[in-house]
Amino acid sequence: MENSAHGGNDLLLDIQGLTIHYVTDSGTVHAVENLNLRVGRGETLGFVGETGAGKTTAALGIMRLIPSPPGVIKSGRIIFDGNDLLEKSEHEMRSIRGAKIAMIFQDPMTSLNPVMTVDKQIAEMIRLHRNVSDAESMRLAGDMLELVGIRRERMHDYPHQFSGGMKQRVVIAIALACDPGLLIADEPTTALDVTIQAQVLELMKKLKRTFDASMILITHDLGIVADICDKVAIMYAGRVVEYAGKRELFTNPVHPYTIGLFNSVPDLDEDVERLAVIPGLMPDPMDLPTGCAFHPRCAFALPECSKDSPDTVDVGDGHSVACAPRAAELAAGKGAGK
Amino acid sequence: MSGSAEANPYIIVEGLKKYFPTKAGMLHAVDGVSFSVMKGETLGLVGESGCGKSTLGRCLIRLLPSTSGSVLLLDEKSGEYTDVTKVGKSTMKALRKRVQIVFQDPYSCLNPRLSVWELIAEPLIVNGMYPDKNGMKARIRELMSIVGLAERLENSYPHELDGGRRQRIGIARSLALNPEFIVLDEPVSALDVCIQAQILNLLNDLQSEFHYTYVFISHNLSVVKHVSDRIAVMYLGKIVELCGYKELFAHPSHPYTQALLSAIPVAKLDARHDRIILEGDVPSPVEPPEVCRFMGRCHYANDACGGISPELEEFLPAHFVACHRAGNF
Repeated sequence: MENSAHGGNDLLLDIQGLTIHYVTDSGTVHAVENLNLRVGRGETLGFVGETGAGKTTAALGIMRLIPSPPGVIKSGRIIFDGNDLLEKSEHEMRSIRGAKIAMIFQDPMTSLNPVMTVDKQIAEMIRLHRNVSDAESMRLAGDMLELVGIRRERMHDYPHQFSGGMKQRVVIAIALACDPGLLIADEPTTALDVTIQAQVLELMKKLKRTFDASMILITHDLGIVADICDKVAIMYAGRVVEYAGKRELFTNPVHPYTIGLFNSVPDLDEDVERLAVIPGLMPDPMDLPTGCAFHPRCAFALPECSKDSPDTVDVGDGHSVACAPRAAELAAGKGAGK
Repeated sequence: MSGSAEANPYIIVEGLKKYFPTKAGMLHAVDGVSFSVMKGETLGLVGESGCGKSTLGRCLIRLLPSTSGSVLLLDEKSGEYTDVTKVGKSTMKALRKRVQIVFQDPYSCLNPRLSVWELIAEPLIVNGMYPDKNGMKARIRELMSIVGLAERLENSYPHELDGGRRQRIGIARSLALNPEFIVLDEPVSALDVCIQAQILNLLNDLQSEFHYTYVFISHNLSVVKHVSDRIAVMYLGKIVELCGYKELFAHPSHPYTQALLSAIPVAKLDARHDRIILEGDVPSPVEPPEVCRFMGRCHYANDACGGISPELEEFLPAHFVACHRAGNF
């Protein structure tokens, strides 16, 4: 499973060198820089990073939903199921969005239409992509609601009659209505309480198995990653700085930023007086440092880190990292432990 | 009522209630809460949206008038208690210097038309703390350095700053008057984990330096565990469990606490898979029935739970639980 994902046929999404800029009057925002990412069939990829790391921009790039202007996809390829999405016309994209790639947004309160009953919102998606009658689409909408754990009697209700967790279930029902191959979930549970979050995550795990879909889960919560992801990509200042299988990443994080991220989460099992913090702030994406974007905050930084942007190096078992000193250290001390 | 009582507690809350009239009936936001906090202690207040934790925090410093009950604040010099909920306007103004709050959202709690300097000066001017300009200047500089704001930012406006820095302004404003007691209402939930860690360390340092008493409100249990000495778990306007933070995580005794703890995503592999998934949502706080509020969602509820609402009782030493069946599941 770990390696098979890199074989030709098992690959659902292959992003190569994706660069997205926002060109504004006050300067160019380097939101996503030379992003490389692969998602295998049936795989769940956790996409982790802080606010402004470019996670959402990358996701919108895959959907070709970058607002333009100011957004510009400068370069790169997004190979989905063998085709480059960046070469598709807007018309072709419309038949892909929702049918083959669906997205769940962060805030269920604002992603539903407040003046439309929920069954109609689900049926709208079904009618758009499938050749079914109105009555059939409504019946399927009811089925979808039951699948996400909402009683059929409530299908004629409006969004405001549902709680936050229920609304997110409706959004999930809409996203899965056309059985998409890839589901992009952008912080799907951030707006929800922990016990409701647990319900929704449980549901998503179950449905992913039922629909056999691949998923990109954008989150800042490493706890959620530990719970449901297979692979993890850590993003910093528009680049993936580390990518590995979940088990490998949690037991053997390599990039200094990844290590810092793990250390800044308060641990439930241990008592620490002070949290280890990464000093400083995320760099301004309009004015990224030269070389490695993380070097001004990095405890392991060497003089050369400020000069060259690090290459992404494979350190074994599909674990890749964009940090020259750490990769060299690992190559030199193979087998010597952490 | 609760808590260890070697010395006199700094705050004693007794039977505090806050009801809001709504068209549908009385909304019981805080419904009979009693606890005490020692000087220099941090009490964590956890619960989900709508459980009344923020309302409780606001009632503690009288940003909201309470419906009934009392909040007694110790004056350390005279050894006497003042009831915050009942004092007159002028006494309250004097008390405001001793009790402060840091709000959740650093984006909406700062006046966008004031610069960092003016924002921090505001509480000092309102209370006429520094009649001479140089004294005030020195104090603002001091506050900025205490919370870690660079001097060059003094003429910046909130929209120019990131969430972490804005939260530091909010903290500087609350520290300006040398308070004794600070209500921290979700001070880090709008921040990224790295910034969150910086702010938590700052709050920790400030407490050890100035002996502040904190009530730390949050829905994030791992954050609450990190900062608190004792933790109170709230559900629908009532405290369902109250004990030391280690005890709470080692022996959660209320069924709601157990579910809440098991629902936290843990950033570790193979963490726990015996997750308790609660059915349904939190019921409405409007005119709730006088039975156990958690009964409808509780895995252990039986006929014994149908009677009166359970009181917070000392189930183990210094460990209070409000459950009819605590210990006999």
